[in-house]
Amino acid sequence: MKEIELIKNGKRIDGREAEQMREIEMQVDVVSRANGSAQVKFGNTIVVASVYGPKELYPKYLREPETGILRCRYAMAPFSTEDRKTPGPDRRSIELSKVIRIAIEPAIFLEDFPKAVVDIFVEVLQADGSTRVTGINAASLALASAGIPLKDLICACSVGKIDNTLVVDLNGKEDNFSEADMSFAMLPSKDEITLLQMDGLLTKEEVMKLIEIAKRSCKEIYELQKRVLREKYKGE
Amino acid sequence: MDYASELIEKGKRIDGRKFDEFRAISLKEGIIKNAEGSARVKFGETEVVAGVKLELGTPFPDSPDQGILVVNAEFTPLASPDFEPGPPSEDAIELARIVDRGIRESKCIELEKLCLIPNEKVWCVFVDIHIINHQGNLLDASALASIAALRNAKIPKIENDKIIRGEFEKELPVVFKPINITVAKVGNNFILDPLLEEEEIAKAKLSISVRDDDKICAIQKQGSGIFKTEEIEKALELAIEKSKELRKLIK
Amino acid sequence: MPEVRPIVLPGELIEEKKGRKLGNNVYEENEKVFSKVLGIPKVTENEISVIPLAGVYFPRVGDKVIGIIREIEVAGWFVDINSPYIAFLPLAEAVEEYIDLSRADISKYYDVGDTIFCKISKVTKSMIVQVSMRGPSFKKLLGGTIIKITPSKVPRVIGKNGSMINLIKSKTDCKILVGQNGLIWIEGKEKAKAIEAILTIEKKSHIYGLTEEIEKMLMK
Repeated sequence: MKEIELIKNGKRIDGREAEQMREIEMQVDVVSRANGSAQVKFGNTIVVASVYGPKELYPKYLREPETGILRCRYAMAPFSTEDRKTPGPDRRSIELSKVIRIAIEPAIFLEDFPKAVVDIFVEVLQADGSTRVTGINAASLALASAGIPLKDLICACSVGKIDNTLVVDLNGKEDNFSEADMSFAMLPSKDEITLLQMDGLLTKEEVMKLIEIAKRSCKEIYELQKRVLREKYKGE
Repeated sequence: MDYASELIEKGKRIDGRKFDEFRAISLKEGIIKNAEGSARVKFGETEVVAGVKLELGTPFPDSPDQGILVVNAEFTPLASPDFEPGPPSEDAIELARIVDRGIRESKCIELEKLCLIPNEKVWCVFVDIHIINHQGNLLDASALASIAALRNAKIPKIENDKIIRGEFEKELPVVFKPINITVAKVGNNFILDPLLEEEEIAKAKLSISVRDDDKICAIQKQGSGIFKTEEIEKALELAIEKSKELRKLIK
Repeated sequence: MPEVRPIVLPGELIEEKKGRKLGNNVYEENEKVFSKVLGIPKVTENEISVIPLAGVYFPRVGDKVIGIIREIEVAGWFVDINSPYIAFLPLAEAVEEYIDLSRADISKYYDVGDTIFCKISKVTKSMIVQVSMRGPSFKKLLGGTIIKITPSKVPRVIGKNGSMINLIKSKTDCKILVGQNGLIWIEGKEKAKAIEAILTIEKKSHIYGLTEEIEKMLMK
């Protein structure tokens, strides 16, 4: 495996500081047919999320009498990666669909729409690392703009260890060559962690340090999400 | 409130165990003759068999001098009324990928030693997990069975480019024993080795894979509940401590 | 009089509970009341609630809605009320006369595809919904056109004390029925103008000076 220097003179390969996220762009209402939708960019990673529902759930046997259910599908467009990704769910997409759902579910008041379903679709248009957390941020905006009852917005980011340095928001190259990478999501105003996934090698102390870094970044992302949602209704 | 929750609130569990106590664990290695390595693990009534098969293959282009690891899990319908026949469910896929990450990220298999001809021929290590009975905590049992199977796996002899099954050259080079510990959160309590009934009421779980040197190689939060920061630290400490107990069971 | 407040987001604190009742779209934690949705908080001395700016229609007893007959049952009809929850119109709530069920084909009263103006008469906790046609204003809607808008924009289309909808009715000489569920029925020669006005309100509901803009549009 080629050894590449991910940190040179204290800066990352794209010029960022260790705890600096890429440039973030957020937009809502990008899919007019959906109840709610959003597009989020973290640097070159572009993800669109759309929300349909609450709506009648079929097949009927899936209905829960006292609560609604959440369904989530994560998919990557064939042109989103360097080598074309065969369309259709692969094992990674299936796992990530589950992971994104469990990151978001704690925020939703499912009991407010019994027997019904809310569908979330997360599509990666361009992949340059950290696609699942970008998807979670997009889904959070889509859910809020669809009027789904939420305990809080959901904010997510990736953190990790590259060249012995703890960093935030890994791009594709950093992700591939990292010593460890972690996906993190939380409900910022409740200080509740809804997603924690890590692979690599870290001491317990490093894990806790990365969590602190992730929480700080999520607070920044929270402010961005709130601003975008307020902009939509300026003048109301 | 259901019975399991009621008991846990009072500090007890359905089967009388302490919160951090595992069920009776049995581990038998080398039980499948046609596999290059195998192990059968029971946590109480949960039973999992892991088999290791070695095949020849071409390496991935970005790691031309390394062997390949593939982990798969079958939630066979015979193990539970909730398992349907057909392609793997999202739970089966998730379990296989978590066990895979524990093995892969711990670097416990010396994949460079599995290269026969760089860029052309390497050993592929297939770890197949077969659930035999589901009574909770499939993940920890599967991870234990997998590493035990890898530890007793042997590399077959090759003659004229053909694998001679049944005759072995050497042991599979496995230098660490990563152990997976799942911490289930019921109310504000942490319980280990949850029974099926306990898994159903646990709002959130944290699955942690720990290497022999206490380094964490994989973490996966499961379930639609949440964790506070302090709870994560507590769970990590619990996992590191308990992993030592389970590791003693593997040769 | 409830004051007009700035928009709140999900998870944002509205106020301390101070013994007040929790209305729609809010939740409570440690005696503090938070919003569940993107919307405008409504705080009175008795209740705290939020009016959502988006979302599907959740039926409430008393709401007048426009529904479409979807299925005919033995003693009633299933009605699509543009909600995740289908409603049932019992025979007794729809027809005055006595009907011999063994002989009658009730589709002659309401058939699949018919549009009706009715009211929500019952909503259970598990969201079983019933509608009724009892009352002079409720009837089958014949002719005319049905449009659909986001349910949360209906109050804007109606306006304070009906001011906006009455403006449109008078300037276009149309009959208009507005369902709380976002369905609107319009009939009259200038219905295209009325429809345009309503859709403009839906699109620009958050802009000041909307009333003047609509007035101008209707003058043309």
